[in-house]
Amino acid sequence: MGADYSLQKKEILNVAIERFDFQSGGEASSQLKNLLRKLGVGSDTVRKTAIVTYELEMNVIIHSFGGEITAQISEDELVIYANDKGPGIADLEKALTPGFSTAGSEIREMGFGAGMGLVNVRRYADNMDIRTAEGEGTNIKVTINLEKPLSD
Amino acid sequence: MKLSEVKSLLNVETIYGKKDVEDSLIIKNACGADLMSDVLAFSQEKTMLLTGLTNPQVIRTAEMIGIQAIIFVRGKKPLSETVSLARKLEILLYSTEKPLFEACGLLYKYGIGPEEMNYI
Repeated sequence: MGADYSLQKKEILNVAIERFDFQSGGEASSQLKNLLRKLGVGSDTVRKTAIVTYELEMNVIIHSFGGEITAQISEDELVIYANDKGPGIADLEKALTPGFSTAGSEIREMGFGAGMGLVNVRRYADNMDIRTAEGEGTNIKVTINLEKPLSD
Repeated sequence: MKLSEVKSLLNVETIYGKKDVEDSLIIKNACGADLMSDVLAFSQEKTMLLTGLTNPQVIRTAEMIGIQAIIFVRGKKPLSETVSLARKLEILLYSTEKPLFEACGLLYKYGIGPEEMNYI
């Protein structure tokens, strides 16, 4: 007996993310990945979601004052939100340019700041919506279509 | 090429290995990078990563895309928290003295292919 999520989205993940908490970086994405597997979501979609969520999670850790990652699922799509407390993206067009990064050398030494974060998110998302302004928080909403409706 | 053959070709030191996996896992393609988003840009399921980075985020990155084995180049040894996370997620770890370019070049020469940029 399948629950009817067609009109209603069900929240399956809500994790607070602290600024510069590299130790926990990736835990939210890992949780979501395992959850989707258990729900029977196909492996390509799981991998795509894992990449998108991980990039968003690391962005919050590296670039923001802290925030949260939330995921909601319905019958035919998965929506991931990355909401942070600021400082906002000054030049969104640049932030979406492959190779552009504002990350400093310490971040780069850790293997981040390739300037591919949001680029990867856009590449794998079926839809991406960014609301941001300098001095304000950034809200990113990413939609990933589920290849076949979840039966339960 | 079996993972066990990769091990001898690159003359690795095993940090966290599993003999049954090394004897059965076939490595068809691999990727070499020091920037994690560059690894994530290649979405195709792959089996092996060569890198000079040793922090736990390397393991997290591997986890996201299903990488089963990591070879640290230039004789680098991973941090202890990197090793514990790898054990938890059963991602195998090795270290080679060879630099990234040479390690990748050797694997390429012996038939391991590059990653193809492939949008899911």
